Amino acid sequence: MLSEANTLEGGFSDPVLDAQSVFRALMDAMARPGSIARIEASMMPPAPLEPAAGAVAGALIDADTPYWLDSALDGEKLRSWLAFHTGARPAASLSKAVFALVAVPASMPPFERFAQGTQEYPDRSATLVLQIEDFDGGAPLTFRGPGIKERVRIAPRGLPADFAEQWHANRKRFPCGVDLVLTAGDAFACLPRSARLIPAED
Amino acid sequence: MYVAVKGGEAAIDNAHRLLADRRRGDRSVPALTLDQIMEQFALGVDRVMSEGSLYDRRLAALAVKQARGDLIEAIFLVRAYRTTLPRFGYAEPVETGRMLVERRISACYKDLPGGQLLGPTFDYTHRLLDEELDGDPEVEGGRTREGAAEPVASVADILDGEGLIETDGDLLPAEPGDITQTPMEFPLSRAMRLQSLSRGDEGFLLALGYSTQRGYARSHPFAGEIRIGEVEVEVFVPELGFAVPLGRVQVTECQMVNQFKGSAKAPPQFTRGYGLVFGQSERKAMAMALCDRALRAEELGEDVVAPPQDQEFVISHCDNVQATGFVEHLKLPHYVDFQAELGLVRQMRAEYAARQADSRSGDVVADEVQEAAE
Amino acid sequence: MTAAETIVARKDRMAVLARSTNAGLQELWSRLGVGPAYRLLRGPEFGLVMLRGRIGGTGDAFNIGEATVTRASVKLEDGSVGHAMMLGREPAKAELSAVIDAVCRDSGMAARIDRDLVEPIRLELRAADDTRRGQTAATRVDFFTMVRGEN
Repeated sequence: MLSEANTLEGGFSDPVLDAQSVFRALMDAMARPGSIARIEASMMPPAPLEPAAGAVAGALIDADTPYWLDSALDGEKLRSWLAFHTGARPAASLSKAVFALVAVPASMPPFERFAQGTQEYPDRSATLVLQIEDFDGGAPLTFRGPGIKERVRIAPRGLPADFAEQWHANRKRFPCGVDLVLTAGDAFACLPRSARLIPAED
Repeated sequence: MYVAVKGGEAAIDNAHRLLADRRRGDRSVPALTLDQIMEQFALGVDRVMSEGSLYDRRLAALAVKQARGDLIEAIFLVRAYRTTLPRFGYAEPVETGRMLVERRISACYKDLPGGQLLGPTFDYTHRLLDEELDGDPEVEGGRTREGAAEPVASVADILDGEGLIETDGDLLPAEPGDITQTPMEFPLSRAMRLQSLSRGDEGFLLALGYSTQRGYARSHPFAGEIRIGEVEVEVFVPELGFAVPLGRVQVTECQMVNQFKGSAKAPPQFTRGYGLVFGQSERKAMAMALCDRALRAEELGEDVVAPPQDQEFVISHCDNVQATGFVEHLKLPHYVDFQAELGLVRQMRAEYAARQADSRSGDVVADEVQEAAE
Repeated sequence: MTAAETIVARKDRMAVLARSTNAGLQELWSRLGVGPAYRLLRGPEFGLVMLRGRIGGTGDAFNIGEATVTRASVKLEDGSVGHAMMLGREPAKAELSAVIDAVCRDSGMAARIDRDLVEPIRLELRAADDTRRGQTAATRVDFFTMVRGEN
């Protein structure tokens, strides 16, 4: 019984207002790719899911958006937690997922295996929430594109080794392609498919 | 072309206030309560639930009151409200075979198991206005008849015993399409068509259904069965791990049975059209069943020759909220469009006048040629 | 009781609570004199459930339209969790139903609640159904053949 209660707790303390504030923060971050923001709302998802990834799930996922979990996350506990707090169910297959929660991006399936959307409906693509180790200390990445003044640089640690290659391929599929939300602890940043990875200049 | 214009705030504000005043009407007449609307205007409320696509009697009654009895406006209000709520899940399909029946009739078999149960119908009333209802006469309760009620068998099951009627097929594991979640792309699955028809405008579907009987689609229907009553609703709740009973809803179901001479795709048999709507809405359920059958033309290998068989025509135009939006948008300011058209018509008039003047100078010649020809 | 029996009993109780009136339920509950301290885990909140029918009555599923529902989840001080979801928009009824579900995780309390609260409501609902069945039965047509033509 106690374990049951456990999966029923740790959600937003004020479901409506907290979800709204996280949604607003995500929208701003999506509009300013590469900018690092923090989750204000309290969120205590079961480990190893961290607060920011949990808050993104709490704000975005619902009964109409099947999700996919990587093997580090997948388990009865997180499924029950998501079911109770979001009403969502796991996707029948990887390509049917509207959201993916990934705790170990280094060993995740390639981006191209997730839903990419169609020419008529590019919005029918997956949003991948990648829980990285840190926003510092990784290989520096420079992005340009809509919402970015000149260029933005981040150095996330824990992305797939071939991230640059995969992101170029993702960009080539435009207007199709996946969008990324990177999270670490209570921090997060967004990389929509419109963000172009460019060679570092200095 | 549209132009941004400002102004009219005070006029709009006063119009809203006037609307509220007119809605309330003569203050010496008591205000309507929602319970009165739910109890005594029940079928209007049912129509709002069915076409508003939201089962909630109290909300539908509120919408009827707010809309001053304009049911399509009320349907619009209900549709708008539903977009403000999260969807918790999808119910298990209701089993109409286990309905607590309030009415069940069949035009195919006189003596079917369970009998012909008329229920609270208008059918045998004389359609004479009852002056007594101008007051509040004492009304007696319904009579009751004791005795174990026979299980109410379905007509389709009876015909199925002989193999003369198409079967329904199975409940498939795949989720049915949902017109509220995905943009319409034709051809639509039958499941999505039924969802559209169930929330479709009663008047539109009635007229189309009527047209199928008058020859605008090969249709020779019998009302195989109509039943009205309450069904149990259950929804699977993941944190509980079982389907939770939520209570009951009232629905009207219609099975139309159509003689079918067969085609390259199917043998001669009886085919069926299906109608299922919220509340007590028999006319709507029947019209829906007629339209459902007509829309199956392609599937059954029939020629698509009439509007009721044309999915795009029927489904794209059956929603009265959409239809209202597009028709009523014509009220919005089109000042610039109209100025442009005005300029165009003036120009065409001038050109026309010039042409007339030109040809008039050649009229004499033309008349002479004409006379010579005669 | 086995797990399956517990689920059947729980569902059965939920079915009755869902169809009860809020006033009637509150009245029976207050007479029971059980007032456990509890905390809301979720809700009571309104939402929608998409209702489904079956094509032709027994075939594949299709969506009819939505219904409003209210749900609530509570946790008692002893850790027992209770859930409720029901048609309509009655937060007080959903919250109390979740509390009742939580209290009934204790089999002794479940027996008492079933006897003193659920059963009276069930009887009332059954009587209403019987009346309705009887009224419908009174509108049944009793055919009698006058003359049968031979051709």
